[in-house]
Amino acid sequence: MTTRIRAIAFNTFREAVRDRVLYNLVFFALLLVATAPLLGEISIGVQRVLLINLSLSAISIFGIVISIFVGISLVSKEIERRTLYPVLSRPVGRGEFILGKYCGLAGTLLVNTMAMTTGFYVALLLMTRSFTRADANILIAIYFLFLQFIVIIGLALLFSSFSSPLLSALFALSMFVAGSFAADLRGFAAMSHGPEGLLARAASYVVPNLASLNVITRVSHDQFIPAALVGYNTLYTLLYATATITAAVLIFSRRDLK
Amino acid sequence: MLAVEILGLEKTYAIGFWKKKRKDGLKSLHLEIQQGEVFGFLGPNGAGKTTTLKLLMGLISPTAGTARILNQPWHDPAVRARIGFLPEQPYFYDHLTPIELLDYYGTLSGISAPDRRLRIPKLLERVGLAGQGGTQLRKFSKGMLQRVGIAQAVLHEPEVVFLDEPMSGLDPVGRREVRNFIQSLNREGKTVFFSTHILGDAEALCHRVAVLNKGELRGISVVADLTSQNRSRFEVVWQATAAIPAMRAFGNETHVAGEVARTIVRESQLQAALEALKSQSAQLISVNPVGGSLEEYFLQKLGEPDKVPR
Repeated sequence: MTTRIRAIAFNTFREAVRDRVLYNLVFFALLLVATAPLLGEISIGVQRVLLINLSLSAISIFGIVISIFVGISLVSKEIERRTLYPVLSRPVGRGEFILGKYCGLAGTLLVNTMAMTTGFYVALLLMTRSFTRADANILIAIYFLFLQFIVIIGLALLFSSFSSPLLSALFALSMFVAGSFAADLRGFAAMSHGPEGLLARAASYVVPNLASLNVITRVSHDQFIPAALVGYNTLYTLLYATATITAAVLIFSRRDLK
Repeated sequence: MLAVEILGLEKTYAIGFWKKKRKDGLKSLHLEIQQGEVFGFLGPNGAGKTTTLKLLMGLISPTAGTARILNQPWHDPAVRARIGFLPEQPYFYDHLTPIELLDYYGTLSGISAPDRRLRIPKLLERVGLAGQGGTQLRKFSKGMLQRVGIAQAVLHEPEVVFLDEPMSGLDPVGRREVRNFIQSLNREGKTVFFSTHILGDAEALCHRVAVLNKGELRGISVVADLTSQNRSRFEVVWQATAAIPAMRAFGNETHVAGEVARTIVRESQLQAALEALKSQSAQLISVNPVGGSLEEYFLQKLGEPDKVPR
């Protein structure tokens, strides 16, 4: 089972790596990181804050774009091109296929994030000439961004398991936007009563809490990120991703491939 | 042992925006294919050939019915390692080379790495792609992709090979090569089940053929009988509510499709068979001589009314 999942994951990774669109995205992200120090030159005294904010935002935006747009095409492209047929006619379960595709894209994003992180630290070193202990704190923010990608890939896969690529992109994007304001949604749910209160509470549980996974501003101002938050966010992401992947597998297992 | 046993497989598609309309993709299909047989599945476009193959491959779920492949339930993962499948107009990951693609499929089929390294170059040579193993598939022509498709279908040395329109889109030379390949598979003892609407290919390759139209099985025949011009055998069709055991005594090719049963009997047995039907109070639908060309048979079966009147 693990051999098959690993083979599917590796094939997904290889496809993403050989896809020129992905190269363009990474290239632009690195370019943005590289221009950050130049922008810092015109903002006296806030160069470091600006560099961290801009670079991590770039990593986030490009990672989310890849998660959504590659994520929604993971299954739909295989169905549309019928490349799935020779795979599923072998002793490969649909669950294994979904899990393999998921791991492949997660691996791709891990490599991309690591490449962009390296670019960012090079830019930071060029600007500050040396690293401080606070700079290591930034890695936690990047780790959280990666957790966001993990959540979004799961959602993209889930939506693409039953809807068209266009609708899947729309749904996944909506969930990302709503998830970025999850704290406000939870606040609204706490204040609301009656049916709308129930609805808001239900929505606050369904929508991923991406706000909690965004600590860019905090690390850019050298605020300490507690270990408990790292543990909580890791566990939350694992549970959320497991739920979305399970739902995707259940839906996809019943789907007719036309 | 039977290679494939289809027991009343049915597929109804829900169509339209609200999925309220129903369209029959396949009506209760009963079919038995012996091991070592080359079986042709004939029918015009939209007859239900691809639907049947997709059902057997587990790509779509049946509305009713079941099937067994190599004496195991068709959806059993263990069966999947013993069958090969070439989809219609195959398209593969174009970022891969044939070697990478076959290595990927080989891994999924559970072939060990040393075996893959050994088999892949030999197979590429066998399908006429020696020297092309390192070229990305996006640079391949349709005919070359078809060869890759055939290679992936037999890579894991399956006992039963399902080919959906394997000659489609090929030039005459390519078609001849695929024909030779199917014959060589059969010589190795493999069962080949292939769909086609090219009758010449079926006539050249198949032991038996089934004709499908509008999702309904119209007839099954031994190709040698059709082409021999020997009309000493007859196809008897009757309401399948009775007399099946009695009729099996006359013809070992008895097939049931929905409420209709067919069998082939010798001329000398025809009278006795008809009397057996009468004694069982089974309603006779038709008696047709078996013979002539495959084309005649095909057209005759297509020309039959959609539903046999009760």
